Amino acid sequence: MSIEQILGLVTGIFFGFLLQKGRVLRYDKQVGAMLFKDMTIFKFMLSAIIIGMFGILAMNDMGIIKLSHKAMNVGAILVGGSLFGIGWAVMGFCPGTSVGAIGEGRWHAAFGAIGMIVGAGLYAELFPFFKSTVLSWADFGKIGLPEALGINHWVIAMIFTIITLIMFRWFEKKGI
Amino acid sequence: MSEQVKKTHGESPGWSPYLAGALLGLLAIISVYLTTTLMGKSNYLGASTTFVRAAGLLFQSVDPAHVAENAYYVKEKVKVDWQFMMIIGIFFGALISSLMDKSFKLEAIPPTWEKRFGSSIAKRAIFSFLGGIIAMIGARMADGCPSGHGLSGMMQLSMSSFIALAFFFGVGALVANMMYRKGQ
Repeated sequence: MSIEQILGLVTGIFFGFLLQKGRVLRYDKQVGAMLFKDMTIFKFMLSAIIIGMFGILAMNDMGIIKLSHKAMNVGAILVGGSLFGIGWAVMGFCPGTSVGAIGEGRWHAAFGAIGMIVGAGLYAELFPFFKSTVLSWADFGKIGLPEALGINHWVIAMIFTIITLIMFRWFEKKGI
Repeated sequence: MSEQVKKTHGESPGWSPYLAGALLGLLAIISVYLTTTLMGKSNYLGASTTFVRAAGLLFQSVDPAHVAENAYYVKEKVKVDWQFMMIIGIFFGALISSLMDKSFKLEAIPPTWEKRFGSSIAKRAIFSFLGGIIAMIGARMADGCPSGHGLSGMMQLSMSSFIALAFFFGVGALVANMMYRKGQ
């Protein structure tokens, strides 16, 4: 194994460990959030985002790392995002959690994972079609919210953190 | 604590999702730092590209010429890379964690699904498979999933990721509520 592969494997083991400890690898938790009955996956995700955000923005300011935005392609995000939402609700797992769910014995997640490999293969075949249709509508490029809004990134990070903490309080108050 | 235990039917409740999530945030920071210094490029946590590579590897064994010519496989590069190994790692990490606290359980059908749609494994499998196809076409179109867009993109304050996650969850909530309306 190359250093790249070993690094990936070790990172993944920690990733999977934390996903499992947070109990987010469950169909019931993912669909539970969509039904607004159990917000565990949001508590987990938003906590990760806030901590990660401050570290990544700081390292980027210091020039240690590079940001890697994904393109704000309007058709891709709106149509792709909607399709993903439909599939996510029906399957009850996202790509990463499906693999983790199999790891903790919830083997029914394998049907979704196989479906996703088939879906990826279909996308590869349909790529020329999508490229000339959905993906060609409008593309604002690889842009961050700070540039798009003209607001300093630390201000956005603070606002995001405050909104998240208010949401956490609300989840706890409601017991969801 | 006792309430949490009751909620999960006697199973160990795991860690606080806030704590486990915060630690994942630290892992994301360390991971970006290490990939930048050791591999020369900043890699962020993500999952869905690996499914393209897995499809490409499988297809390659049947028709290697087709995979070599396909524009999308060429773009995403069919190989067992950093992210591919990370996905394999997720499997083992979840396995280790669940064996350690005895929450590992062979489950053929999710409890919430069973309560609403019955105990047919075939029915669950078909919906799961079809849902997987639709979800992955969407994720590849949007260029990310709840890991790549949701975690990594939002950490970087990417504009596309905030909108993508709103659509992932907004449409997901709409569909889930339609599916479970009568069940409530």
